[in-house]
Formats: sequence, C-alpha cells, structure tokens
Amino acid sequence: MAHAAVVADIDPVAGRAPLIEGDPSFHDITEVVSAPMEWKPPLGWYIFLGVSLCFLGLFGFSIGWLFWEGTGIWGNNIPVAWAWPIVNFVFWVGIGHAGTLISAVLFLFRQKWRTSINRTAEAMTIFAVMCALVFPGIHIGRPWLPYWMFPIPNQMDMWPQFRSPLMWDVFAVSIYGTVSLLFWYIGLVPDLATARDRATTRTRQVIYGIFALGWRGSFRQWLHYEKAYLLLAGLATPLVLSVHSVVSFDFATAQLPGWHTTIFPPYFVAGAIFSGLAMVITLMVICRVIFKLEHVINMLHFDRMARLILLTGSLVGLAYSLEFFIAWYSGTEVELFAFLNRARGPFAWAYWIMVTCNVVVPQVFWFKKARTHIPTLFIASIFINIGMWFERFVIVVTSLHRDFLPSSWDYFTPTFWDFAFFAGSFGLFFTMFTLFVRFMPMVAMAEVKSVLPQAHVHNRPE
Amino acid sequence: MADDKVTAGDGTFGVLAEFSSPETLMHACAKVRDKGFSIWDAHTPFPIHGLDKAMGLKRSWVSAFVLVMGLSGAVLGMIMQWWVASKAYPLVISGKPFFSWPAFIPITFECGVLGGASGAVLGLLIMARLPRHHHALFNSERFKKVTDDAFFISIEAQDPQYDSAETPRFLEEIGATYVEPVAA
Repeated sequence: MAHAAVVADIDPVAGRAPLIEGDPSFHDITEVVSAPMEWKPPLGWYIFLGVSLCFLGLFGFSIGWLFWEGTGIWGNNIPVAWAWPIVNFVFWVGIGHAGTLISAVLFLFRQKWRTSINRTAEAMTIFAVMCALVFPGIHIGRPWLPYWMFPIPNQMDMWPQFRSPLMWDVFAVSIYGTVSLLFWYIGLVPDLATARDRATTRTRQVIYGIFALGWRGSFRQWLHYEKAYLLLAGLATPLVLSVHSVVSFDFATAQLPGWHTTIFPPYFVAGAIFSGLAMVITLMVICRVIFKLEHVINMLHFDRMARLILLTGSLVGLAYSLEFFIAWYSGTEVELFAFLNRARGPFAWAYWIMVTCNVVVPQVFWFKKARTHIPTLFIASIFINIGMWFERFVIVVTSLHRDFLPSSWDYFTPTFWDFAFFAGSFGLFFTMFTLFVRFMPMVAMAEVKSVLPQAHVHNRPE
Repeated sequence: MADDKVTAGDGTFGVLAEFSSPETLMHACAKVRDKGFSIWDAHTPFPIHGLDKAMGLKRSWVSAFVLVMGLSGAVLGMIMQWWVASKAYPLVISGKPFFSWPAFIPITFECGVLGGASGAVLGLLIMARLPRHHHALFNSERFKKVTDDAFFISIEAQDPQYDSAETPRFLEEIGATYVEPVAA
C-alpha cells in the first residue's frame, strides 16, 4: 500500500522519488515540525542543556580569568605566538560555512533536498560564527581595546589599516554573520507565523507574533519574499566563498613558509564546507531521532551530504598533496623543510591525525551502504570534525614552531586554559543549539511543504 | 457553514473564501483576475509557482532595492577606505601610494554585499508592508490555518466590483469550499 502510494507520487517530470518519505499531508508537516516547540521537552533535553550550560560557564570563567591574568595563561609564546585561539577561530568559522552553502548555493542550483536541513544548518552557521567571533574579541586579553578594529572616530585620531588582511577579516566575518542572520531570519518568518497561529498561550502568541512581523501568507507578500530570498541567496553565495578566502589571507599574505601559499583560498573554502557538512551530519543524526523527524530528514539527505563530503574531502586531500608538490617544485629550501617538518617533525602526530581523518576516512563514502548507514555517518562526521580542527592546528602551529632561524625553534604545549577555552566554546555552541531546537521550527516548514508532490500544480490556467 | 460571524455591512473588510488545494486555488485566482477584481489577494502556507501569473501580478521590484543599496554599499566602502588611508590617517606602507585601491577591494566587496542584503530585507519589508501590528483577516478564526494547510482568496470591500451578496456567491461558484465575511 505504502509502496503503491510512493510510486504514484513520483514526479512525472523529474521522474524521481519524493524528497519526504511517508506521503505526508501539509498538516502532517506542520505537526511533526511544531511538536518539539509545543511538547514538554524530554528529560534528555534538560540534561543536554545542563551539560552545555556547565561548559558555557567554564567559557565565561575562562574569559574572566584571561582578562584578570592576561594572555600568559595560554601556551602561546614566541615562536608560536598564534596558537589555539586562532585555531579555534578558524575551526568555528569553517563550521559556519556549510549553513550558507546548503541554504544559498544549493538553493541557486535548485537542489530541493536542501529544504529538510537548511534551517538547522543555518542556525548552526550563526552559532558557529558567534563562537568564532569570541576569539578575535578576546585573544589580545584586553577587552577594552577591540573597538580599535572598527573604523570609529576616536580621541586618538587613529584609524584602522585597510591594507591588512586582518582588517579584511573583521569586515568579512562580521558581515558574514550579519547576512547569515538576515537570511536565516527571513527564512524563519513564515514558520514563526505558523508558531504564532498555533500558540496556545498568550505569551507564545505575542512573542512569536512579534517576530513573525504580521505575516499572513498573502501571495502579494510571497512574491516579494521569494525575490528577496533568491537575491539573498545570490549575495550569500559569493560572500561564503569570499569569507574563508579572506580568513586564508591572514596566513597567505605572511612571509612564513607553510603560510605563504597561493592555494590557500580555495583550499580553505573546500575545507570549511567539508567541516561544516560534517557538523551538520553530527547534529542531524541526533536531532532527527530525538524529535522524530526521520521521514523529513531521511537517507536521501544523508546520501547527498555524504557525496558533498566526499567531494570536498577529496579537494582537501588534493590541496595537501599539491602543497608538497609546490614546496618541492619551488626549489626553496626553507619551504621544502617546512612541509617535510610537518610530516616528519615533532608535530608529525598532528599531521597524520589530520590526513587520516580528512583524507582517508571520507573515502568510505564511495560506498552507498556507508552513505546511508547512520552509525558510519556519525562516526565519520566526528572524525572529520577532529581532523579539521587538527588541520588548522597543523597550519598554525607547525609553521610557526620552526621558521627561518633554528635558534628560535621551540615546541608548543597547550595549557589547561587552552583546553578550557576550546571546550567552553562548544558549551556556547550547544547551549544556543539546544535552545534553538526547543523554541524555533528546526525544519523550514513552508519550504518542505512546497516540495511535496501535492504542492505542484500541473494543469495551470492561462 | 455560516455561524455567528459578523455579517457584511459598513464595518466589513471583505470576504474570505477557502479552497481545497493549490490547483483549485490557482484556477479560482485566474477567474477572479478575469472578472476584473483589483483589491484582492490569495493566501497560502507556501509559495505556489505560477500563482503570480494566475493572479495577474507584475514582477517584484525588490531587486531594485538590492541593486541600489548594494552599489551604494560598495561605493561607500571604497570612499571610507580612501578617506581613511589617504586623508585621515595617511601611512606609507611598502612604498605604495596612499590610495592603493587593489588592497581595498575585499572590504569594498563585503560592504557591497552588506548593502545588497540589507536592501533585500528592507525592500521586502517595504514592498510587503511589514511589519504590521494587525490585519483585519486575523479577525477570522478560520484564517489561522493559512500558515498550516489552508488556501484562501480574500476580496476587499473597497474593490469597486465588490458586492456583499454577489461576491461570496461568485466565490462559491468558482469552487470555494467555505466563504465567510470578515469584519474590518
């Protein structure tokens, strides 16, 4: 019976199976997506929130200690003056890329399977960018100075230096955060209106009502809405590519062997999308089970994401090998040494963790069985998250610890506070995410409804 | 289906009609359009492709906001950097001229994107007349389903063609499953 229904629903034009399993009605989608916002959350949710809040508390305490004591609490020292704070910053910005990729790039390519996962991916982007922005805000340990980064008239009559890639980074990341937030919010408006119209208490009605802006599903509004959404997607696509390119300029414009590489922009962008997709899979695997969204976020979606991971993972692998080739081809002794030192020097362990997690592990996704097997997906995504953190560690720390002058070579050792900041940033991320799944529609209802077979009008009037 | 709702009269916003599917709604829209109504609207839980044509709507000009604000953002971004680097705080870096514009391209681009994205949101809010505190259609209890799974057409009493007896009958004729007058 169910099979017959599915076969009947195959789009006669596209000839494909439906994106959402189980042949749901429009109302079924509203129910299944609204349920987590309306039910009393399960005990697991409170436990998860509690644990996340503990880590968030650790983050707050660590930041307080940093401001009190200074940057000496970290392992950063000459020669490795840029260490975990910048590693964490790049790690989080990278994770923040898949959201906009899934939302904007796949939207422009008319990949309709994105509708099941784009909302969560966008939320992930925003929370990851928040985590990332903490690090440049605090890493100098002087919380009264970050306003120097912005072109604000001040009593010193001093202005930022716009020829510096670090300034480009300030603009790129903060504008990326702003535009991602706008894109996410505009996408949320119709679904917030659903939450408003289903509200059972006055408080919920008022709060969701304010954020729904008075949306009434008018088609004269939808017309402008769709245009605005398309244009936001069109603007976000070059933006997402530019942001991680700019992040890579922080390194690429330096003279340091291991950083001074023209391949960095595309290599960083591919890596960012790679790590972001892995994080989306990690979060989705958990959320779809807890919130009973298995039909909405199904194997088709995981299969497509795993293919993108395979693609971007292979691009990252290609970049790793090209770096070695160019180092040899350049004929520059120091350059070649910097790369051989990565693979054979004191930090070789980090380099090989990176290669194993980022290049070897994703190869499992050549097999369809792996792309649609939840435990494999979950474990592989965790390995990729670890591998991508180590990629940034390798780039930052191994390049710095042995530069031109052997007399200044040293080994880098993190302190307790380095770990506390990293774990604490996960506390911030998961606190935000846990609150998000409880209070906001975690699947874009209006968009999912529009890709159901019954939403299409085949026999149009003139 | 008529119940205790306010009947048509002076305090009337118009009439609300429900349709069972996107398909019946689209065909009904084409008929409302052909009948010559001008102050009316369709209401759907999600955008339906082709409905703009069936309603006789012209293209959205949100794109104009994006173009203007995007270009302004880029120009302002470049002007800011030119002013800071060559007027307010001139420093010689690597022997380059004060206005070494290629180095200013990334921020110019980012400012352009910020302007364009703000333009898209602002354009949407202005064109869709949002946010608004209340709308007469929210007086209808039935209308709450518009954000769930219901498809509506509303015709306002201000429309010159509107007739409190004739218009609801017309909507039923073209396939409405439920018709209700809405108080202003």
